[in-house]
Amino acid sequence: MAQRKPRLAVFKFTSCDGCQLSLLDCEDELLAVAERVEIAHFLEASSRVLPGPYDIGLVEGSISTPAQVEEIRRVREACRLLVTIGACATAGGIQALRNAADVAEYQRLIYPAPEQIRALERSTPVADHVAVDFELRGCPIDKGQLMELLSALLNRRCPRLARHAVCVECKARGAVCLAVAGGGPCMGPVTQAGCGALCPAHGRPCYGCFGPKENANVDALVHWWRHVQGVERAQIAAQLQNFNAAAAAFEDAARRLEGEK
Amino acid sequence: MSTGILPAERLDALIGELWAAGYTVIGPVREGGALLYDEVRGSEDLPVGLVDRQEGGRYFLEPSGDGRFFGHTVAATPWKRFLDPPRRRLWRAERRNGQLHFLVETEEEVRFAFLGVRACDLHGIRIRSAVAEAGPEPDEALLDRRRSALMVAVQCTRAGGTCFCADLGTGPAVDLPADLVLTELLEDGPHRFLAESRTEAGAKILQRLSLGPAGEVDRAAAARAVAATRRTLAERSPRLEREGLRELLYRQLESPLWDEVAGRCLSCANCTLVCPTCFCSAVEDVTDLEGARLERWHRADSCFTAEFSQIHGGPVRASTRARYRQWLVHKLAYWSDQFGEPGCVGCGRCITWCPVGIDLTEVVRDLRRREAEESGERER
Repeated sequence: MAQRKPRLAVFKFTSCDGCQLSLLDCEDELLAVAERVEIAHFLEASSRVLPGPYDIGLVEGSISTPAQVEEIRRVREACRLLVTIGACATAGGIQALRNAADVAEYQRLIYPAPEQIRALERSTPVADHVAVDFELRGCPIDKGQLMELLSALLNRRCPRLARHAVCVECKARGAVCLAVAGGGPCMGPVTQAGCGALCPAHGRPCYGCFGPKENANVDALVHWWRHVQGVERAQIAAQLQNFNAAAAAFEDAARRLEGEK
Repeated sequence: MSTGILPAERLDALIGELWAAGYTVIGPVREGGALLYDEVRGSEDLPVGLVDRQEGGRYFLEPSGDGRFFGHTVAATPWKRFLDPPRRRLWRAERRNGQLHFLVETEEEVRFAFLGVRACDLHGIRIRSAVAEAGPEPDEALLDRRRSALMVAVQCTRAGGTCFCADLGTGPAVDLPADLVLTELLEDGPHRFLAESRTEAGAKILQRLSLGPAGEVDRAAAARAVAATRRTLAERSPRLEREGLRELLYRQLESPLWDEVAGRCLSCANCTLVCPTCFCSAVEDVTDLEGARLERWHRADSCFTAEFSQIHGGPVRASTRARYRQWLVHKLAYWSDQFGEPGCVGCGRCITWCPVGIDLTEVVRDLRRREAEESGERER
């Protein structure tokens, strides 16, 4: 008996589309993906939409409007496995910078008709609203991790999605540690691996786009930057309030830094 | 065995002989702001005229003001990178016509010549190899790479800022049978190396270089250079007191100090990844989308990751306190129980390359001091 192909769906909430583009970017593997799964809902790739239920749902974007709060519940119900992809879906994204600001004021400043805008006070990760089975971090996600996840799910094995620091990948590459060797404040020691230490390997300290590692001790790193390396408070705040501003470990450390003033 | 004088300008001849003898020569090279070990084709690849400044959480290079090739100390990466690569495929399997076919991995045979191995790192390689030999399943791949490697050691004529080899008896003089031992000399003559062979393989290389003889002046200059390093180390000694170390750690397993260290530790794993003796690893399976190809990989892991102690229900060591304590007590006490010596060689890499400068010797000194204070209070 021919097995029915698993159905893949891709959904977008508040985001830039970059992460779902990573799937289209898998040029070499894209045909293999299309052979193994039925792409049932992927508006960026095709206007052909098949009704649910879906076996694997990839969700990009944060929840930032009242309508999305309802929509994500419908998506959750339609998907057997729900996977959030990217910093927006996993941590609220760069738009979560508004969480620490006055949203109404922003709207007045930016939009000619602010009364038309229906936005929530906070931009939040998908996991704040529905149960999430797997998370792919990053801004954008790593193509290799996406393939690893799909390959694992299709072959019914546990995906390798390490939660340790970027440092482990940096050392495996044999890159010089920028944090110690004068490269400036590097988020690597508190940031989750998965990118293959892309930035540090090219001489740029980690921006932290994969969000906090498991057990991240952000305060200790911030203390070292401020009191030993003499890094400006504004620069530290910029490191923390970035792609993953609403990730608890980064958000809390940023708040404490603010409180130290 | 034999001894001779290698003029500095003939260092290239030595490197050339090593390549000619079929070795891939690995030595210190500059990469951005630090020194790493990598392929060395000629003396121009070496960090000539550079010294490393190392302290807790800080490293930088600066001009030495002289033309030394080996004025620096240990490079950022340990040699284990070559003997025990951080990623290595163990085997592959393919599914053809519903049948699994296993393909054994055959390793490309590489014979390394390590140029510029320091005394402490020779001990590190010895200790790491002892771990590979232990137990019912020796790591033959690592042992083969070690057995076929040629060691060109360099004696330290300067102590690095975080070095404490003298406390562990692993340096600064090279006391293990390296194939060749070089001491770089600038005094009492031209820039040169006192070169000694300590094995047949080393003697053969020296023979081909037909070196001039070493005189008393050269030997005395070499002895003085190493003695100067020993004095620098003695001035800061003991950074790590070995007397009663194991017992101290066992008595202090519940010390509140572990919580304080955990407050600073990032559990980023850098200390273990730069340690010459840390050997923890993980095994991972990789499949392709079709499930037609499977690969099993061996990769460097660390006791500082949660995945490392993950079992059903969660990690055994969930807290940073538990991870740091496990690392330090394993390195300095459990290791002694198993191998009769600690797993530390005093190279100082874990101190330098800790992004927040945690110094294991300071942690041990604090444990000792607090214990002494507490017993003092009890007696009063």
